Amino acid sequence: MTDQTTTPGAGAASGAASDAVSITGVSRVFTGRRGESTVTALDGIDLTVSPGEFVSLIGPSGCGKSTLLRLIADLDQPTAGEIRIFGKTAKKARLDQEYGIAFQQAGLLPWRSVAANIELPLQLHGMAAAGRKARTAELLELVGLGDFGSKYPDQLSGGMQQRVAIARALAESPNLLLMDEPFGALDEMTRERMQNELVRICGETQAAVVFVTHSIPEAVFLSNRVVVMSPRPGRIQGILPVALGSSGQRGEGLREADGFFDAVSEVRELLHGAPAEAGARGVENR
Amino acid sequence: MRPQIGSARAVAAPLILGIGALLIWQLTVMALDIKPFVLPSPVSIFTQFIDNVPTVWAASVVTGTNALIGLIVGGIVGVVSAVIAALLPIIDELSAGLVAALSVIPIVALAPVLYTMFGAAEETARQIVAAIAVFVPVYLNSLRGLRQVRPVHRDLMRATAATPWQATRVVTLPTATPFVFTGLRIASSLAVISALIAEYFGGPVGGLGKSITSAASSSNYALAWAYVLGSIILGLLFYSATLALEKLASRHRPSA
Amino acid sequence: MSVSEALKAVDAGSIGTVPGIVEDSTRRPLRGAAFLRRFGLGALGVLLLAVVWELYKALGPAEGVIVGGVTVLPRTTDLAMPHVVDMVGRLFEPVSSAANALPMWMAVLQASAFSLGVASVGWIAGVIVGLFLALLMQRFLTAEAALFPWIVLSQTVPLIAIAPLVRRWGAQIEIGSFEWEPWMSVALIASYLAFFPISIGALRGLNSPDTNHIELMRSYGVGWWTTLFRLRLPASVPYLLPALRLGAASAVIGTIVAEVSIGLRGGIGRMVVEFAAAAGGDPAKPYAPIFGAVLVGLVAAGFVSLIGVFLRRYRRGEVPA
Repeated sequence: MTDQTTTPGAGAASGAASDAVSITGVSRVFTGRRGESTVTALDGIDLTVSPGEFVSLIGPSGCGKSTLLRLIADLDQPTAGEIRIFGKTAKKARLDQEYGIAFQQAGLLPWRSVAANIELPLQLHGMAAAGRKARTAELLELVGLGDFGSKYPDQLSGGMQQRVAIARALAESPNLLLMDEPFGALDEMTRERMQNELVRICGETQAAVVFVTHSIPEAVFLSNRVVVMSPRPGRIQGILPVALGSSGQRGEGLREADGFFDAVSEVRELLHGAPAEAGARGVENR
Repeated sequence: MRPQIGSARAVAAPLILGIGALLIWQLTVMALDIKPFVLPSPVSIFTQFIDNVPTVWAASVVTGTNALIGLIVGGIVGVVSAVIAALLPIIDELSAGLVAALSVIPIVALAPVLYTMFGAAEETARQIVAAIAVFVPVYLNSLRGLRQVRPVHRDLMRATAATPWQATRVVTLPTATPFVFTGLRIASSLAVISALIAEYFGGPVGGLGKSITSAASSSNYALAWAYVLGSIILGLLFYSATLALEKLASRHRPSA
Repeated sequence: MSVSEALKAVDAGSIGTVPGIVEDSTRRPLRGAAFLRRFGLGALGVLLLAVVWELYKALGPAEGVIVGGVTVLPRTTDLAMPHVVDMVGRLFEPVSSAANALPMWMAVLQASAFSLGVASVGWIAGVIVGLFLALLMQRFLTAEAALFPWIVLSQTVPLIAIAPLVRRWGAQIEIGSFEWEPWMSVALIASYLAFFPISIGALRGLNSPDTNHIELMRSYGVGWWTTLFRLRLPASVPYLLPALRLGAASAVIGTIVAEVSIGLRGGIGRMVVEFAAAAGGDPAKPYAPIFGAVLVGLVAAGFVSLIGVFLRRYRRGEVPA
């Protein structure tokens, strides 16, 4: 389990414009209503994500991993520090639609059909109906819901709804995909199937992914790098490169492989706070 | 949760209860020889109703028109005000006291002064009473609906860089729609009731309310009850119409 | 056709969207500055209404705005729209020119108190009937199936239209020394309007506990009554309070309408009609009982809110109605 160069851009890459996401010295402090209670959700976060790289943020509740994702998406603003996405500010990147996002709840609009939900971002940005239709059909195939375009969200299972949400996030072929525990509400079997799908989809789209989760196997299975975070204040505990092969090589068999279990143990040790030992095993300690 | 009521029982039980109640009513009136001025029997009410369909119909048209105008005007004003109040919190805060008062006071009490303001020979006062009665639930429900946007949808709109108008059109208004219709359904009954009882407070004759009182004062009680039956049908008509509209507008939504 | 529509709605579980149960959960109790602000702005809103009234009266045409033969905006004569100052000032003058006439405010207060008394009797009767029906429907599914549609129908139809016919009933009832008095007919109609939101709200509340709470009770092996007192009744409070408030508003409306149609003297309803007749010579007079009606409505609503203060413990984590 050592650094392998197959991991795209792991670690060293630093050219600002070439990074998918570059986060420097970011903090986020929440102030209570009357100003007497402040919570430091994130403190001194540095992280870069290379194009095409899959990075998971993992940590216990309250470690600020969702907050970090929301900062990248410009759904919230950092108290200090800077976030750049493909060299742009987070706000500019959002307005330019550099990323697609999927939330823990699918967040589909119940009064729109599946196809209409997927084409929502295209419609909002003024794409013509014919183009939308073609793109929607493509996306439905990509997430394996070819026959479900005319159904409504309440007629779909939770896993299917989440696929629709992922298709919606991919609608404008973004180079960056932000996912906030998208499989958190699914059962284990559906979850593993969705993970396999996601690996395949990422392979096909070549998008960089920032993926929030609190499942260790999920993070290990999906990622090029796993960012382990600790709570109060939210900090990066360590970053673990996982080299389990390119998307084509990750199949069901991987879940049984020794390398998978080793990586799972390493992430677990990091989570439970054994940084020194973990460092010896090749964890970047920034 | 508790077991669902089977559809057979959902239809049969209330029907049996209703028919049973009518039978008991009829038999009691016959057995105890209750005088019509106390309570006429269902059969005699129904006979009077059939015999007087044209007059009951004419009265229903008068009251129904008032209620309909009130429902439309009050509904439009209610929705528009709610949109304004949702966009401008200061308007909401300024009107909160007035709306709270409107929702607890008997609006029909305004009828007499409205008759002096708009003319006692006109139906306008009754339409306004109905409109105010409609306004309150429509406004309150619409405002509530406009505030129901789920955080995940708000995030989605921001993440897709939607303009405020796009967010309003795509998410806020569709989210509020079922609440607006709930308000309208509540209001539909209130419109008929208010238009009808505003007639008890004065104004021109011809509507159902005035017809009931004049039939009662000329001791024609079965006829008075026939007018009551007419008002019941009118109320049901308004209610079913808005209910159908609501069902139409709320397909493909998880029941809130 | 219409009945089956309504039945279908009930069948589809429309208990959640039954008429009238509207509670804005975003409005939480406020303290200190926020309360003062809201109160101040609310009062300012009332003041603004008075300003709009006076402005229209000053600037609007005397005959009102007539569009296509229909008076859209009212006449602005002193007769049709008295000055706000006159309406308020009228409260401090005697009711009539009679020598022993009471000051207006006192007469209005007396009438308000009378109506409020009748309305409370109607409200209490409505609460008892409403709660009983809710318990019955909660306990027996068949009772719910049979009663619920009729309860919804009972208020979607303007059955208050029978008010003028109820007066006849009173004279017929005499049991021993008990004599049916006209005010009881008024209270009967008030209770008829009040029971509906209460029974619907209470039923929703009684059915509101989570499945796991119900199953917890079942695992303890306790019966329906214990479950009722330990779980269902406490859980129903957040639903019951708005229902009680709506019931109170309905009881007030029912009282005032019934006073008019039954012809009961002493209350606000009768005063509204009597003073309206005097509007010709004394245009500010009809507004006095309207202030009284507002007062009765607000006092009734305030009283129910007071009940809510005592039941605060049961409103923690209040379910948005």
